Amino acid sequence: MQKGGKRMKAKNKLGLILFPAFDWAISPTHPEREERLLYTQDQLLEEGIEDVEGIHFFNPLIATKKDIDRVHFCYPGMEELVTESHLIAAGGVMRAFDAVLGGETDKSFALVRPPGHHAQRVVYGDRGFCIVNTEAVGLAYARRKYGDMRVAVVDTDCHHGDGTEDIYWNDPDTLYISFHQDGRTLYPGTGPIEDLGGPSAFGYNVNIPLPPGTGDEGFQYVLENTVLPILEEYKPDLIINSAGQDNHYTDPLTNMSFSAQGYAKLNSRLNPDIAVLEGGYSIQGALPYVNTGIILAMAELDYSGVAEPDYHLGRWKQSERITGEVKRISDEVLDIWRRREALGQKLFGGKSSVKRNRRVYYDTDGIFESQVQEFRPCPDCPGVDSIKSRNDLGASLIGFTIPRKACPACQKAGYDLFEKAKGLDVKKRFLQDLVRDEFFAV
Amino acid sequence: MIIGIDMGGTNIDGVVIAAHDGRIVRQVKRPVDRSDYFRSIWNCIKELLRGTEKEDIKRINLSTTVSTNAIVENRISKVGVILQRGPGLKWRFDDLGENVVDVTGSTDHRGIPVSGENPDELTKIKADFLNNSIEAAAVVGKFSTRNPEFEKRAEEYLRDSFREVTMGHTLSGRLNFPRRVRTAYLNAAVCSTFKAFAENIEEALRREGIGAPVYILKADGGTVSLKGAKAKPVETILSGPAASLMGMTALLDEKEADRCLLDIGGTTTDLFFLADGVPVFEPSGIEIGGHKTLVRAVYSTSAGLGGDSYVRMEDGKLKIGPERKGHAVAFGGKHLTPTDALVYLGVMEAEHSRESAEALESMAKEIRMPPGEFAGMIIGNFCKSVRETIENALKKINSNPVYTIKELLDGRTVKPRSVGVIGGPAKALSKYLERELGLPVEYPPNHEIANAIGAALARPTAEITLLADTEREILSIPETGVYEKIGRTYDLRRAKERALSEVKSAGQAMGISSDVPGAEITEESSFNMVKEYRAYKNIRVKAQIKPGLVICRKAERG
Repeated sequence: MQKGGKRMKAKNKLGLILFPAFDWAISPTHPEREERLLYTQDQLLEEGIEDVEGIHFFNPLIATKKDIDRVHFCYPGMEELVTESHLIAAGGVMRAFDAVLGGETDKSFALVRPPGHHAQRVVYGDRGFCIVNTEAVGLAYARRKYGDMRVAVVDTDCHHGDGTEDIYWNDPDTLYISFHQDGRTLYPGTGPIEDLGGPSAFGYNVNIPLPPGTGDEGFQYVLENTVLPILEEYKPDLIINSAGQDNHYTDPLTNMSFSAQGYAKLNSRLNPDIAVLEGGYSIQGALPYVNTGIILAMAELDYSGVAEPDYHLGRWKQSERITGEVKRISDEVLDIWRRREALGQKLFGGKSSVKRNRRVYYDTDGIFESQVQEFRPCPDCPGVDSIKSRNDLGASLIGFTIPRKACPACQKAGYDLFEKAKGLDVKKRFLQDLVRDEFFAV
Repeated sequence: MIIGIDMGGTNIDGVVIAAHDGRIVRQVKRPVDRSDYFRSIWNCIKELLRGTEKEDIKRINLSTTVSTNAIVENRISKVGVILQRGPGLKWRFDDLGENVVDVTGSTDHRGIPVSGENPDELTKIKADFLNNSIEAAAVVGKFSTRNPEFEKRAEEYLRDSFREVTMGHTLSGRLNFPRRVRTAYLNAAVCSTFKAFAENIEEALRREGIGAPVYILKADGGTVSLKGAKAKPVETILSGPAASLMGMTALLDEKEADRCLLDIGGTTTDLFFLADGVPVFEPSGIEIGGHKTLVRAVYSTSAGLGGDSYVRMEDGKLKIGPERKGHAVAFGGKHLTPTDALVYLGVMEAEHSRESAEALESMAKEIRMPPGEFAGMIIGNFCKSVRETIENALKKINSNPVYTIKELLDGRTVKPRSVGVIGGPAKALSKYLERELGLPVEYPPNHEIANAIGAALARPTAEITLLADTEREILSIPETGVYEKIGRTYDLRRAKERALSEVKSAGQAMGISSDVPGAEITEESSFNMVKEYRAYKNIRVKAQIKPGLVICRKAERG
């Protein structure tokens, strides 16, 4: 008997954190319900993924309050907003970081729910099915545990990851790239090319809004001609893929034409170290196949056999008009990336304070928030920043962040600002000291 | 009276046990004639029958290596395999021979056929198989447990042309296509061999006028009727460890706790675990001859050292095993073993204790260590290896994936509170193991026939997997061949009732009397499905008859 035929061996050792949370839903018929990963699990089991040598399954960790505090200002508090399911989803991503950075596997993929990329720094409730930004919590945990690193987050969810954008807006060590269906046609409405980041990280927030109907060809174009060249230049230590799966042609909430093969190819070219499931609500027609494709691509196994039952080559081909538009957007993004320093200098040169007004809508919980963010550029570090926020339910807060690489002066300034804010008319004051990993809320 | 027989690699052990109190009435040991398994077993049965009235025999339970050896020694039928795999991972099955063919078509994860095979394909395959003198066939579709139509069509078409046609969905309700393929292949491959063995047994019993039913031990610690085993012989593979485990549970006092069980042999030490008294199973199924299968089996792992392991110094370090170079010096061998150390420490009797002591002393002298201390070091290292193997196994068992928040938060883990040991050096090692493991260690009497006792006292087990889909209005239980229509209002309560009654009747079919002990629901869930603003249910229930003993023996203090 031939021995070789009995085994299938992954070229990359891959850690899978598959946690479908079969006992949790936002509400019984909400898209984010118990059933969401049921068919994905069925498909993965039936494909025999568990028997592939080099693919290992890990249970999630459970995130602690401190893990959440590194990323979010929760109002009124973490306990009131964050359920066990969120702590486990974030803990699943933390486990994915441990698998790779702790040397157990070469890559990892956290298939956890609920998603996280709409959760911003301030959290009053649920937005886009997200309360905790699972990737950001995982990354903050990993940076604390394994040391600082340069990271690129590439968000391939169809919705703009406005939460992740907000969290890394002024962080030059975290490059955020999002491809998404143009915000003028889809929730959350943000993500134009012009949103390029704060004064200390200008150009490191890369939005690539794509027209409805973009298919495999378009995504491939953006990846090859814009994303990969940017990554090539940025040289991250780690690439994270926010692997939302709602660009799929069967997704009920979006209007794109991406396929399981397209997702697998994209993942294979992008070559992320860690992938995290975000959205994707075509739970029968897309997720089982897209997830299988991504897993095979990450493990560097042959994914050419993965296909949706109803997939016909040609049927989901994008139109000529879309091809042209994608090319134009893609080229423009790359052009801006190349000129980012000059553009940043022109906008922020010499300024000691940069303010930004934002309005944020919590669609799941129906809350309106308005906030003023203030960045205080410093020649030696990214500088202390703050958010002053209030919502239409009467809540208000101010939060200060001393970034991981703050200089001693800025670190002190953070505490001074926090102290001085005592006099402000807000219900809660927060201070995140990411240098000392200490957090205050009063 | 209950007859229990365990056929091992070299010996065959048999016991007669009194059905009313579990007393061991008679025991025999015979060498196995590897050229004639039936003759080996039959001689053992005849020996056991001496002094027992034929009418008194309630049942005959066999743990055999008939199927296992057929696979391992490659004495199997020539099998043709037909696969309908559709899209997905490209597992290779070319090691299953020249006659593995794909047909077009596929079924999705809900059990909805996407497309069917072309009828001409089957016609051609059948002709090819016949030309290639194929004896048995296996037909397997991806997601066939959800919808077995393809397998049924193919089976019907091939049925009359081959000795056996195994359909993948009948073997297990679990999802794992590559394992289903291999399990079906192995089932088809050993069918002839096992059937011939079973028919010999039936014929011999008839000739002797013995009417007692015959049961075959499975790898999960349960039994199946001879008739059932003929249909699914693959379930009878690797029953040896299960016999050993069931024998130990019969011989030990405490029945309900988390325990670790050790079977110390000559070359290896086998480990098993009980959680609340129930064996811990392999998560997916057992592996045989490199084939990962869906055959449910008790979890077992081995430490590469036993009573006869070769003890020597290598680069100044003490090494024990994994090789064995014959018996211990104490029992006529030439090389030092842990058994010799036990003899030296005065906890074990031996035939050649003088030669044994000399061998140990001479090695101790080489490394300038007092011989008593050296003997202690050998046993200390031995116990340490056992402890490490236990710890690693527990780490693996306790990190099996969970899928609900409740399970993750509850964190039910297996934590042995005591250890049971059988095997030659069990008694002598017990106090050293106790010290190393920090747990009470029990060594039951009669441990040398534990496997035969385990075979004798094991009761039938069964497992079923129910899925009710109220959108498709279909209920399926692959293990018992149930695929039927249900109404839109079918719910979890009814599904659980149905699962229990189904697993009980599966048990009755295997010979359990009307009252079925050990039937339980092991998994249950009901998912809301939403389609075009209507809600449906996707209900999943697993039920089993868990392994157990037909009668509880009172442990005899040794």
